[in-house]
Amino acid sequence: MSEPAPTPAISARQLCRRFGRRWAYARIDLDLMPGERLLVVGANGSGKTTLLRTLATVLRPSQGELRLFGLDPRAHPSRVRPRLALLGHRLGLYEDLSARDNLSVVARLASKPPPDAAALLARVGLDDRPDPVRAYSAGMRKRLQVAALVVQEPDLILLDEPFSALDPAGVDDLAALLVGLPGALVVASHQIARAAEICDRALLLDQGQQVWAGPARQAVSAWRQLHPRAAAEPLPAEGGA
Amino acid sequence: MTALVTVLWKDLLIEWRARSRAFSLATFALTVLLLFSFAVGPDTATMRAHAGAYLWLSLLLSSTLLLAQSFHVEVESNAIETVMLAPTAPAAVFYGKALANTAQLVALGLVALPATVALYDASFREGVGLMLPVLALGAAGLAAPGTLYAALTGRMGARQLLLPLLLFPLVVPCLLASVKATTLVMLGDPMTQLPSWLRLLASFDLLYWAVCGVLFGRVIEQ
Repeated sequence: MSEPAPTPAISARQLCRRFGRRWAYARIDLDLMPGERLLVVGANGSGKTTLLRTLATVLRPSQGELRLFGLDPRAHPSRVRPRLALLGHRLGLYEDLSARDNLSVVARLASKPPPDAAALLARVGLDDRPDPVRAYSAGMRKRLQVAALVVQEPDLILLDEPFSALDPAGVDDLAALLVGLPGALVVASHQIARAAEICDRALLLDQGQQVWAGPARQAVSAWRQLHPRAAAEPLPAEGGA
Repeated sequence: MTALVTVLWKDLLIEWRARSRAFSLATFALTVLLLFSFAVGPDTATMRAHAGAYLWLSLLLSSTLLLAQSFHVEVESNAIETVMLAPTAPAAVFYGKALANTAQLVALGLVALPATVALYDASFREGVGLMLPVLALGAAGLAAPGTLYAALTGRMGARQLLLPLLLFPLVVPCLLASVKATTLVMLGDPMTQLPSWLRLLASFDLLYWAVCGVLFGRVIEQ
């Protein structure tokens, strides 16, 4: 007797979201199996962030069908939300609390055991300092966000520009950490070449439309075909190489 | 219940870590009390008769700052999304935050009480201990709708203006009952009216906490 097919972490059909009369993205079809890693590429305003926030159940889709782990997230939020984590543009943590306090809050909210904060912070390159997060630089905040993500032990990780604000060593550390995490991964990034190294498949958005899908290693050339001017210029991730 | 306790603990921890804000808030409440005493003038009998009203007006004005701040910490760095994505019912988040706000308002009331005695020559003929249930019920009546409206206006540009505009009309019954109960504790209660006012206050609290708990999920979802 054959094994039953695994349930997709994400299954989206004709997914659309609009703000007022403007469509952020439209008619997105997407399947992501557990353990798969998807790169979402697109110019500024192409709908990447809105798509990730919809997949994270922070925003409701205006049209279409979304299932996470085989469940309708609107009908079963308490069963879906504990299994996913979103690393967005903004910190998502408390500015007046220390890094240790923040990790403790995240663990308690996620009903996880108290984390070994010192070890976890060291893993993302941070010291266990008592000062509030308000005093942290943008790169340190990003590292703390990643530590909070590890605490949640999610089955689906949604990362919006994970490499922004990080120094080159931080980018390498984060990439290595992400490769070691179990679960499905969706990464939206302008650092296409760097993000493609840790992803299997890629999706290209243009003005909210899905214009290309294929292997992540072909994402750079797909991007350059869509944006010919970019072919003459180094991509952000390649600029420093 | 665990989620409620976590949110309550988290909010009180944030206020403890940023306790300079609490000192500023207490200073504001005491300044309002002082200004009312100047406005009334040196008529001791009038000041004593209206001390309860000034105490609650001071707490009401201070509560708008406290309530707005309680949700500002959530939206400042988008921490509200972390809370929303946690396996917690929105009602648990609401009750955790509302309880934390109630506790802070009671603490503020306990700071303002000695100042009321000093500035308005107030006394507690029915016993100062009775002020604790009055403060707790009155603070709960301000905190529940205040927490809901703070969530509603927290992401808006004019939140400092909108919050009192929405909150003040709604809490008039609670304010009235709190002032009346406080005045009875201060000036004496020969007709035994205090239990009736406390029951009325508790009834409004029950209504506010039930309705606001149901509505909170709709307010924070986008």
